[in-house]
Amino acid sequence: MSVQESLPLEAHARPQLRVHRADHLLVADMVESGTKVLDVGCGEGDLMQLLESRGVDCRGIELSREGVNRCVARGLAVVQGDADTDLDHYVDDAFDYVILSQTLQATRQPKEVLENLLRIGRRAIVSFPNFGYINMRLQLLIHGQMPRTENLPATWYDTPNIHFCTIKDFVGLCDEIGVKMERAVALDRYGRPLRLNAPWWFWNMFGEQGVFLLSRAQQKTPPQAADYIAP
Amino acid sequence: MNIHSVKGQKIAAGERTQEVDHPHSLIALFGADQPLPLDCGIALSPFQIAYQTYGTLNADKSNAILVCHALTMDQHIANEHPITGKPGGWLTLVGPGKPIDTDRYFVICSNVIGGCMGSTGPASTNPATGKPWGLDFPVITIPDMVRAQAMLIDRLGIDKLFCVVGGSMGGMQVLQWSVAFPERVFSALAIACATRHSAQNIAFHELGRQAVMADPEWQHGRYFENGCFPHRGLAVARMAAHITYLSDAALHRKFGRKMQDRELPTFSFDADFQVESYLRYQGSSFVERFDANSYLYLTRAMDYFDIAADHDGVLAAAFRGTQTRFCVVSFTSDWLFPTSESRAIVHALNAGGARVSFAEIVTDKGHDAFLLDEPEFIDIARAFLQSAGAAHGLGKAER
Repeated sequence: MSVQESLPLEAHARPQLRVHRADHLLVADMVESGTKVLDVGCGEGDLMQLLESRGVDCRGIELSREGVNRCVARGLAVVQGDADTDLDHYVDDAFDYVILSQTLQATRQPKEVLENLLRIGRRAIVSFPNFGYINMRLQLLIHGQMPRTENLPATWYDTPNIHFCTIKDFVGLCDEIGVKMERAVALDRYGRPLRLNAPWWFWNMFGEQGVFLLSRAQQKTPPQAADYIAP
Repeated sequence: MNIHSVKGQKIAAGERTQEVDHPHSLIALFGADQPLPLDCGIALSPFQIAYQTYGTLNADKSNAILVCHALTMDQHIANEHPITGKPGGWLTLVGPGKPIDTDRYFVICSNVIGGCMGSTGPASTNPATGKPWGLDFPVITIPDMVRAQAMLIDRLGIDKLFCVVGGSMGGMQVLQWSVAFPERVFSALAIACATRHSAQNIAFHELGRQAVMADPEWQHGRYFENGCFPHRGLAVARMAAHITYLSDAALHRKFGRKMQDRELPTFSFDADFQVESYLRYQGSSFVERFDANSYLYLTRAMDYFDIAADHDGVLAAAFRGTQTRFCVVSFTSDWLFPTSESRAIVHALNAGGARVSFAEIVTDKGHDAFLLDEPEFIDIARAFLQSAGAAHGLGKAER
């Protein structure tokens, strides 16, 4: 289910002592140690391993058999399953956090999945590619073709990503289902966070992906990007 | 080959009855002071458990793995079989350097209660009469088997098992262990199994039992005293069961429509096709080593198995709060215990908050795949045991 294979590529390629994807590090920083986490679409378990090294009790669901088997072979508690169908079997409040990393756009029912995340977990962390990213917009505007990027290289006819959205769209969905956005970050193509005090349109234009920390409470007032900056 | 004219059958039958009371295995005797309370309400006493061990128990007794054998297997998982002379029954998984590494772990496998390889069962001598129990033997269940194993583990002075491993009926025992004695099971590897026997599986078992009981030599279970044995019935039961252990694809790959030692059909009911000959061989070799009544009792035990039924119909309730680390494995072409059954286990474990891994292995070898060399399965078993071992404080150099 790790739809966007290695994101961002640059971060991967950069010579580092311990290579963790920038978005993984960002997500991991949102999780307190000693908590219980479910990683939905855990791929080959890179994020899970990072979290477990930080004292987090981590479980995973992964669609692809290869991914599951590799996770189990790494000693991770991962089950083969589908975010669209298998989340229903988890009881309420089973986890402190439920993570959906680069997978929302590949689900059949993103709204139901999102609701399920916040039923199972007290908080949810969702990251997804931003279809409003300038590079995407220009490809459609100038070339008149479905956008393809380094991180989303699939053609329109073989992409598993069936529900693309922009950061603005996602914020709209959160409002519609009464989800509170505790923290929001937009990352550039290198996985670096964009300016924190930028307006939403800027994030929506220049963020290649959005990472959101969500909780259940109702949000009434229209959101501003700066409202969600963590202290 | 005719199913009731097997060469050497008389000798084999002698060895078979020998193994029942005086097996080539270690024996734990439980006297009148230690009866086995059975689900049917009877306390079985005295009784004995025949078991094999491999490897060495470490000083703090933390490296013990209990292997639970499947319906028609026995405790000889990693040594030559005393009747058939064949190598161990689960050498793909158990042995030096194997996932269940006998250089690292102390491996125990006991013949189930109701079996016929040395643990008390219907072929054993009933101390009250001096004759084989036959149908006087009480009906046993999977929980009864596990209760007996727990008494053996007590006898061996082991408090907590590092892992309980089993496939098929053995997998049922693994699940039962984790439900009945959660504090005694650090990790559990349940392969190709279910928390209850499906209607289709009960139906297949009933077919097998009826085949045995329809054989005039069954004599209402008193065949030993009457100097006969229901070879034909038991062989037919085995043939039917054996088909369920394979898959359409595996049978086709192995045999297709190939003829047996002939070019053309004989227009008779000889074994023209290789698959017929193969099945007849499976049937006849099985009766050399297995007791017919034991087959009735053990299939019955599987039929009765239903963990949820013991927990007000809520499977998740059985696993609530468990600290055991689980690994559940299924095989794509297994139609006896299909992946959906394993998924139900996983959903219940998830709902119960358990730490569980679940992998489905792609293979066309059917239910039998758990006994075969399936590299992906072997890798997963190895990794699961290694990571559980690390969490259990079993270092690499553990001996």
